[in-house]
Amino acid sequence: MTWHDILPNWNKNRSELQLFLAIVSGKQDFGVCYMQDDGQDNNIDKKRRHFLTAAATVVGGAGALATAIPFVSTLSPSAKTKAIGGPVEVDVTGLKPGERKTVKWRGKPVWILRRSEESVAELAEMSDILRDPESDVEQQPEYAKNSYRSVNPEYLVVVGLCTHLGCSPNYLASGEENDFGADWKGGFFCPCHGSKFDLAGRVYKGVPAPANLVVPKYQFISETTILIGDDSGSGELGANS
Amino acid sequence: MSKLINGGVKLMSDTVGWIDERFPLTKTWNEHLAQYYAPKNFNFWYYFGSLALVVLVIQIVTGIWLTMNYKPSAEDAFASVEYIMRDVDWGWWIRYMHSTGASAFFVVIYLHMFRGLLYGSFKRPRELLWLTGMFIYLILMAEAFFGYLLPWGQMSYWGAQVIISLFGAIPFIGPELAEWIRGDYVISDVTLNRFFSFHVIAVPLVLCGLIGLHIFALHEVGSNNPDGAEIKKHKDAKGIPLDGIPFHPYYTVKDIVGTVVFLIFFCLVVFFNPEMGGYFLEHANFVPANPLKTPEHIAPVWYFTPFYAILRAVPDKLGGVIAMGAATLIFMTLPWLDRSPVRSIRYRGWKYRTALTIFAITFVTLGWLGMQVATPNVTMASRIFAVIYFLFFFLMPFYTANDTDKPVPERTT
Repeated sequence: MTWHDILPNWNKNRSELQLFLAIVSGKQDFGVCYMQDDGQDNNIDKKRRHFLTAAATVVGGAGALATAIPFVSTLSPSAKTKAIGGPVEVDVTGLKPGERKTVKWRGKPVWILRRSEESVAELAEMSDILRDPESDVEQQPEYAKNSYRSVNPEYLVVVGLCTHLGCSPNYLASGEENDFGADWKGGFFCPCHGSKFDLAGRVYKGVPAPANLVVPKYQFISETTILIGDDSGSGELGANS
Repeated sequence: MSKLINGGVKLMSDTVGWIDERFPLTKTWNEHLAQYYAPKNFNFWYYFGSLALVVLVIQIVTGIWLTMNYKPSAEDAFASVEYIMRDVDWGWWIRYMHSTGASAFFVVIYLHMFRGLLYGSFKRPRELLWLTGMFIYLILMAEAFFGYLLPWGQMSYWGAQVIISLFGAIPFIGPELAEWIRGDYVISDVTLNRFFSFHVIAVPLVLCGLIGLHIFALHEVGSNNPDGAEIKKHKDAKGIPLDGIPFHPYYTVKDIVGTVVFLIFFCLVVFFNPEMGGYFLEHANFVPANPLKTPEHIAPVWYFTPFYAILRAVPDKLGGVIAMGAATLIFMTLPWLDRSPVRSIRYRGWKYRTALTIFAITFVTLGWLGMQVATPNVTMASRIFAVIYFLFFFLMPFYTANDTDKPVPERTT
């Protein structure tokens, strides 16, 4: 196929190169090459104009779409960003009941809260005021889908970011001064928009946060050492301790 | 001596003539200034358009200077701002001009918008003028939001965290979208870098383009006025509106005076109260960003708080985001909600006057509520005022259709 085939009513005496240049230059009326019936409107080669417009739109449009890919993709997390954020080891030796420890994992705060036996027992009585007491929404690995939302009932491990808009809630133990009345069993309160969570990170009813706090993947690698972000062989240690 | 002056004048006009043959200099000058006829009855409310341009220039110039010393990385950002404040000669002044300018921009724009509500400037044939203005307002909010992350203080960090999390509420694509915007799993160095790019070049370019469109649209339909009378209806033999006066020199002089008075107040803030008691520069932002700890009380800067109060009022994540989005976008529908034939508040009936008064009070009250700690009382009040806010719009087709409007004079008064 040649340019002469595409544009049959062009001057046959012109070389392929000249015709090509005429097209590239984009002139509708390239007098030298385009010779038939000069000056008569009804002989404007509309087919050629349509062909060029359509071809340029299709090819150019495809090019524009393809060009959008790198621009959109560069905004996604880069390989380096993804690579950072391996598992974090936490030693919870010396953490007393009711105490909380905060560590950074993938840039996010992760809380390790040691719950007293009393607090663990109270978790079962909260169902009426919680939105998702059975943890039906997948905010936790399978092994943390239980009434205390953890591997070991004593230790709660959750990502400390509110499921509403990502603020980090405050820890308010049961004895502490609070705005929620004397029967406050302890839990977390988000200062940004007033969401409340119980000591298993389960969200209260009637607050803006839609779901329970996220439980990350984790496992106990010894009685008092937790590996956050990795659960290969999860639950073997700690669960029965 | 006079020969010299005459020579100078001739040289000037020759130069202008030379340019005019090659570029529409005189034509543009006349179209937009010397022969642009604006209504003769502009009042105080008509300062804020030109003042917005003044603030834009302040922001661009001080922004360029800040960029010379600011470092957009999580490691250095906070320290580089402190460096500007303490070690760079007059750096504090450049930065306070910029931070005060941000708040001043919204003061001026809110008054400019309220003027539109007072005198019905959004009504036919100025719908597109109103829409381009609304787009400017939205883009300005984006610009302010991106800029607020740059000092990398606690409020920068957690404010950005909250606002980007809003996108996470969108069904299906939300979490991925939020991640894509951040470029990371949390707000990080990556996010800061791209926000810097948006703040210093992408958004300002769009902003300037939209302002161009806004002014072109204005000069096509002509300015409204406090009487809401159409000055183009009554023209003299030459086609000049009888109630119009050329923008230059009449309103250029008026605006220069307005600008100087504005700048005096602006400087009072810059020199004597740049933090404005925590309203212009929030206290928590003097603490470097800490991804592990949200400040006890977080609130956006004052110009976002009315919408923030509405967000908090809704006890549902997606619902709150939708309500907040609707609260900002609903202004765009005003030209089609208002069914009164009358533009100006001067000739409107008691219904619109009452509604607008209640709306203004509601907007300010929501703004105040958005700054408070979310106690149950604050939340309940926010809910009530959020409902009133939306009723102003939803009921507008009804209360404007049969209002006790007065006859509008044919000519300006």
